[in-house]
Amino acid sequence: MSSPVLKASDLTKRFGDFTAVNGVSFEIRPGEILGLLGPNGAGKTTTIQMLLGLVTPTAGSIHMFDLDLSTHREEILQQVNFSSTYISMPQSLTVEENLWVVARLYGISDMARRVNDIVKKLEMEEFRGKVTRKLSSGQMTRLTLAKAFLTEPRILFLDEPTASLDPDIADKIRSLLKEERRSSGLSILYTSHNMREMEEMSDRIIFLQRGRIVAEGTAQDIVDRFGKADLEEVFLKFAREQGQSSS
Amino acid sequence: MKLHRITALIVRHLYLYRRSLPRIMEIFYWPFLDLVIWGFITLYLARYQSQVPGFVTFFLGALILWDMLFRAQQGITISFLEELWARNLMNLFASPLKPSEFLAATMAMSVMKVTIVSIVMSVCALLFYSYNILIVGAWLMPFVLNLVITGWIIGVFTTSLIMRFGQEAEVLAWSMVFLFQPISCVFYPMEVLPTWLQMIAMANPAAHVFEGMRTALGAGAPPIEDLAWAVGLNGALLVGVVAWFYRTVAYCKDQGLLVRVGE
Repeated sequence: MSSPVLKASDLTKRFGDFTAVNGVSFEIRPGEILGLLGPNGAGKTTTIQMLLGLVTPTAGSIHMFDLDLSTHREEILQQVNFSSTYISMPQSLTVEENLWVVARLYGISDMARRVNDIVKKLEMEEFRGKVTRKLSSGQMTRLTLAKAFLTEPRILFLDEPTASLDPDIADKIRSLLKEERRSSGLSILYTSHNMREMEEMSDRIIFLQRGRIVAEGTAQDIVDRFGKADLEEVFLKFAREQGQSSS
Repeated sequence: MKLHRITALIVRHLYLYRRSLPRIMEIFYWPFLDLVIWGFITLYLARYQSQVPGFVTFFLGALILWDMLFRAQQGITISFLEELWARNLMNLFASPLKPSEFLAATMAMSVMKVTIVSIVMSVCALLFYSYNILIVGAWLMPFVLNLVITGWIIGVFTTSLIMRFGQEAEVLAWSMVFLFQPISCVFYPMEVLPTWLQMIAMANPAAHVFEGMRTALGAGAPPIEDLAWAVGLNGALLVGVVAWFYRTVAYCKDQGLLVRVGE
C-alpha cells in the first residue's frame, strides 16, 4: 500500500476550557477521497483549519508528503488548497482578476492557459469578467472551487463544496473531482451535510462527534456497524446524541 | 522571500484601486484639504514673518513631510484592512505566503502611495503658495526615507493590534498615527514640550526628522545628529515591531482569530 499523503496524529485543539478537537488521528492515501462527517460543532472545520495551518494545534502533529506542517509550512501549502462555503474572495475584483492573483501567489507557470482551462472546466465563461460582488452564491462557490483547482494541488480540502450549487452544477463538480482524482491522483478531504453525496464521493468516512472520532470506515461499513438503514440515519443518531449531551 | 508572492499581493491591490474612485480619492482627499487649510493659515501668519523667521518654509514643509509619514502608515494598515473587509485573510494565510512577504507587499503599496501623494502635494504647494519643497535641499531624501520607515513602524504596530482585536479595532487605522503627532514635533520644536514629554519624543524617530528639518532650514547647519538618531531609532523599532507582528500572527493562529473575521 502506498504511503499516506496526509497523516494527522493525535490532533487536539483547545480554546480555553473548550476542546474543539480531541485526539483525532487519520490518514489520507494518494487518490483517496476521505469524507469527514459530523454534526455542527463536531470539530470538522477546526480540523481542516489546523490542516491548512490557520489554527495551531494544542497537541498532536500533522504530516503531509512526509513533511511536518509545523516546520515545512511553505512547501506543504504550495501543494494543497481548499474551498469552503465560509470563505470569500476580494469582492471588488473580477472573477478573472481573482484567479490571476491566485495564480501569481502560487507561482503558476503558464498562467493564462491555466486560468482559461479552469474557467472552461467549471463553466465560468459567461461571468469571468464579472465583479465578484455581483456573483450569485452558486457562481461564488464555483469561483472558490476554481481558486482551489487552479493551483493543481495534491491534496484538496473541501468544506461543503456543493452546498449552494444547483443539482446540475453540483453533479458536474462531483464528476470533475472524480476525474481529477483519476487523472492526477488528487487526494481529497471532503465535508458535506448531504449524505447521498458523501456516500457517492467518499472512499472512506470518518465520523466526528464532540471533537472525537466515533466511527471510521466505508459508508457501508458504518451503516452496517450501527444497524441503520443508511448514512443519514447514522448521522442523525450522532447529531442527536451530541445535541442531548450539550443541552 | 518569493517575489511572485509579493507581486501577487501588489497586483491584487492595483486591481482594486484601478476600479475604485472612492479609494483613489481617499488617498488625495485629506492631504489636499490639509494643504489648502494649513496653506492659508500659513499665508496669514506669514504677515508676521519678521517676528517668526522662515515660518512659511517650516510650516508647509512640515505638513508635506507629515503627510508622507501618514500615507506610509496608511499604506500598510489599509492594505491589511482591505483583506479583512474582503474576508480574504484565510485565502492568504492558508497559502504559502509568509508574513514577511505580506509585510513586504504592504510596504511596497505604502511606497507607491507616498510617492503619488508627495508629488501631488508638492506640485499643489508650488502652484498655490509658490512653495518649493526642494528648498529643504539634499537632506530631503534621508528625511523622507526615515519618515516612511516611521510610518511603516506605526502601520505594522496598528495592523498587529487590528489582527489581534478584530475589526472593531479598525478605527486605529486612522487614529493611531495622531497619537504620535504631538510627540513628533511636526510644527514646533521639541523644546516647547514639557520635560517629561521631551523624553518620550526623544524615542520617536519622526521627532528627530522634524528637528533636523528645522535645523537644516533655519541655521543651515547639517542635521547629522538628528538623522543619526532617526536612523538608529527606526532600525531598532522596525526590528521590534516586525517581531511583534510575527508574535501576533502566532497568537492569532493559536486562538483561531485569523478565521474569525469580523467584530
